[in-house]
Amino acid sequence: MTTTDERPAMETRDTDLRWETACPLERLQPERGVAALFGDEQVAIFRTHGGELYALGNVDPRSGAAVLSRGIVGDRGGEPTVASPVYKESFSLVDGRCLDAPGVSVPVHPVRLHDGLVQIGLR
Amino acid sequence: MTDTRHLVVVGNGMVGHRLVSALRDRDERGEWRITVLGEETRQAYDRVALSSYVDGRSEEELRLAELVDPLVDLRLGDPAVTIDRERRTVRTASGAALTYDALVLATGSVPFVPPVPGKDLPNCFVYRTLDDLDAIKEAAAAAVARPGPGRRSAVVVGGGLLGLEAARAMRLLGLSPQVVEIAPRLMPAQVDEGGGALLRELVTGQDIAVRTGVAVWGIREERDRLVATLSDEVELDADLVVFSAGIRAQDALARSCDLRVGERGGVLVDAACRTHDENIWAIGECAALEGRTYGLVAPGYAMAEVVADRLLGGQATMTPEELDMSTKLKLLGVEVASFGDAHAATEGALEVVVNDPVAGTYSKIVVSDDAQTLLGGVLVGDASKYSTLRPLVGAKLPADPVAMIAPGGVELGADVLPDSAQICSCNAVTKGTLKNAIHAEGCRTVPDLKACTKAGTTCGSCVPLLKKMLVDEGVEVSKAICEHFTYSRAELFEIVASTGIRTFTELVQKHGTGRGCDLCKPAVASVLASLGNGHIHEGEQATLQDTNDHFLANMQRNGTYSVVPRIPGGEVTPEGLIVIGEVARDFGLYTKITGGQRIDLFGARVEQLPAIWKRLVDAGFESGHAYGKSLRTVKSCVGSSWCRYGVQDSVGMAVLLELRYRGLRSPHKLKSGVSGCARECAEARSKDFGVIATEKGWNLYVGGNGGATPKHAQLIVQDVDQETLIRTIDRFLMFYIRTADRLQRTAPWLEGLEGGLDHLREVIVDDSLGICADLDEAMTRHVETYEDEWRGVLEDPKKLERYVSFVNDPATPDPTISFVTERGQQVPAPRPGDPEPVLIGVPAFGRQEVQR
Ligand SMILES: Cc1cc2nc3c(=O)[nH]c(=O)nc-3n(C[C@H](O)[C@H](O)[C@H](O)COP(=O)(O)OP(=O)(O)OC[C@H]3O[C@@H](n4cnc5c(N)ncnc54)[C@H](O)[C@@H]3O)c2cc1C
Ligand code: SF4
Repeated sequence: MTTTDERPAMETRDTDLRWETACPLERLQPERGVAALFGDEQVAIFRTHGGELYALGNVDPRSGAAVLSRGIVGDRGGEPTVASPVYKESFSLVDGRCLDAPGVSVPVHPVRLHDGLVQIGLR
Repeated sequence: MTDTRHLVVVGNGMVGHRLVSALRDRDERGEWRITVLGEETRQAYDRVALSSYVDGRSEEELRLAELVDPLVDLRLGDPAVTIDRERRTVRTASGAALTYDALVLATGSVPFVPPVPGKDLPNCFVYRTLDDLDAIKEAAAAAVARPGPGRRSAVVVGGGLLGLEAARAMRLLGLSPQVVEIAPRLMPAQVDEGGGALLRELVTGQDIAVRTGVAVWGIREERDRLVATLSDEVELDADLVVFSAGIRAQDALARSCDLRVGERGGVLVDAACRTHDENIWAIGECAALEGRTYGLVAPGYAMAEVVADRLLGGQATMTPEELDMSTKLKLLGVEVASFGDAHAATEGALEVVVNDPVAGTYSKIVVSDDAQTLLGGVLVGDASKYSTLRPLVGAKLPADPVAMIAPGGVELGADVLPDSAQICSCNAVTKGTLKNAIHAEGCRTVPDLKACTKAGTTCGSCVPLLKKMLVDEGVEVSKAICEHFTYSRAELFEIVASTGIRTFTELVQKHGTGRGCDLCKPAVASVLASLGNGHIHEGEQATLQDTNDHFLANMQRNGTYSVVPRIPGGEVTPEGLIVIGEVARDFGLYTKITGGQRIDLFGARVEQLPAIWKRLVDAGFESGHAYGKSLRTVKSCVGSSWCRYGVQDSVGMAVLLELRYRGLRSPHKLKSGVSGCARECAEARSKDFGVIATEKGWNLYVGGNGGATPKHAQLIVQDVDQETLIRTIDRFLMFYIRTADRLQRTAPWLEGLEGGLDHLREVIVDDSLGICADLDEAMTRHVETYEDEWRGVLEDPKKLERYVSFVNDPATPDPTISFVTERGQQVPAPRPGDPEPVLIGVPAFGRQEVQR
């Protein structure tokens, strides 16, 4: 997670991280996601109402369809979430765990705002 | 168990069925093994609701709970023919001989047919069983289909409760009914003279002709139709005649084995429902309890309970004085109820009458000589007080008698009733029992109460009272949409409409908590759209839409979308079809004809959607809103333009309706259909609103759907002209949009609406809430501001931006999408974990190739 006022919210000591640009910040509508492709890795990127950025794997684990970026963004008990558009399970934007099916989760990616560009940290 | 005894029940009607289920409920040790002999070939069904069989209910819906039980042997279509009391043996029509330890006769009644010449001619019917109704339906359909001018009509002999129900059924089947009643007024057994005059007016207002004080003398055939001669020498011609002139207890079996019968028929039984043969009992309409027969289901159920108790060694008895003879006419637009001592036969009884000819209501209550105790009453025109007054019979009046029935008088709830009051008289459920069900058994809803106590499961007239009780007893029914709002969708609608709030952010900040979710956001999006807020992708609204509304297409399991252009009324030109075909071919889309008479194109990737729609919009197509909770299609038959039976232009009407309501956002999808005549080829009655042409105009049905719990739509107005039809649909839709819950289709909405169809009619036809001007205005605004959503997207580069698979690589399609070819078209390639396909006898078309 990172915030759009360039406050680095995520400490990362991972030096192997390679930062790739997804899109300019304006391309991200608050509370809506987009998908980006890096090699064959698909990442879903979200911007919340409060301005935080999050990035998850784009593939919905239940259907196998690469569509998480097209879900509805909201919160559950204050925790920011996205609901899969296929079978409607909610995933935490913070740690990628599925809130409706214990044990299921999607990968989380580091994300930052750099010079007005949204960037994803890839290993 | 070796000492199991054998019970034979003759008759699988309502009461026989109740006995078996009551006995199986209580006989925990399995003392009795039960054989049920049924003359009818069907599972037991709700005869009280028989008439609804011509009004949309199916046999399955009418069926009583099935008795699947190893101790119950149900033999349908095999009636008992003789009883040998000495050998305790029953012989059946198929020749089986059954030895019994106990025998219960539950053979019901047979319709009484006056011995007039011609009564057995073809097209003369009685009105008692589903088989009777099937035969009547068939004859009515044949009459309607018969070529040639003139009205199709039916003579109904008898103007009692059943006769009026039958007359109404004839009306629904497209015939003009004429009721002939020998008494000077309709429903003479229940209604007094004052109420009778008003009743006649109400019935006539339903297009049912009434002749009272005359008898039918004979029936003859003339030129393929029937002619009934009346005692005043009037002749009525008719396509069919229905006898519903009363019933006679079916006591033939009892007579043949010398069981005693009552003076006016019926198997004579004592207060334990036992005949003079100690092994034989009789219950329901066939029984003459201490000499008297009862033609209603509640006394029959009470008898079944007594016998169940006795068979298990109990000492229950019937107390005839307490038997409830209350009745309520189940007739659309004509409310009649009578209860208790309706004719003031009790000594010293006083009658209090409020007669309002302007409002069309007549109410009478009968009270004891000191005006303290309620004894009975008659309600005509408005029977809404029936459910609260009836349980009060025998109790002290909670208010001044006049105030209790005067318009605007005291509003009675269940709270005024004592715990011993029977709330459901059909199933003898008291207020005390219901309270216990709520507090001790945790019933929270009307369906809970129905399942737990059986209250409200027979005639249904107590259901409003059950609802009131749940409220009175403090059972909160949470209607909150989700954790972010404590309101129901209908309440949110009112908030948005009255506050003028037009963004989700403002709404959730002022009236909710958090940032919303996939439940409340689309619901609010739909409310905003229903209130007319421009394109659904305008501003913040775009973030509220679920993925289908976000891309204006239907997402399929592999993340691709399907595309459905609107084809109003299912009418399409060859040029139009060619364009659709070319688009499908050029983009490699799988093509299928839908049930709603249009064409669905599957397998479009998100980045292909704008190009596909560009071609469709250029050719004059619009969004079909297959993705939205909004009007889908108005299906039609070819109607009078082509069909030799059609009486109106059903396609023209369907096109008009589809264009009028296209794009209308609603709590759930909306479907409609228009048929050109009563044959109903467009299946309009399985739709949220269905229109069927009549010779005089149009009939409108509302609240139907297909799907997992199919419901037939119910008639709300009939024979109306086009303008009235459209006005009524406008209001129906707007009222539904305002008041339904999230994802609640019209059928459950209507079911949950207090007062049901009648209430709906009052609101949208008679404007009882004074909101029709609002509803009309809202629809006018919708019609005037409608714009095609896809055109809106294509004309706005900002909106087009989102149609890419990847922000950082707009030209690349999603690499996880792949197809295989099946029967000559592409379908999603199976994913690991998908169930293995089962080949269903279709030859394979070449090899399956994976294309990327
Ligand atoms: C159109 C209509 C509307 C009604 N409306 C109301 C209402 O609003 N309120 C109300 O209280 N009541 C109403 N009634 C009456 C109610 O349906 C009856 O009181 C109730 O069905 C009686 O139940 P029963 O079991 O005694 O008889 P039935 O339900 O008639 O069952 C008797 C069964 O026994 C079978 N049988 C007969 N002889 C034999 C044999 N020898 N062997 C095997 N089987 C045999 C018959 O075929 C029948 O299936 C209505 C009835 C009709 C027809
Ligand atoms: S419903 Fe339509 S198609 Fe069917 S018979 Fe009537 S007019 Fe013809």
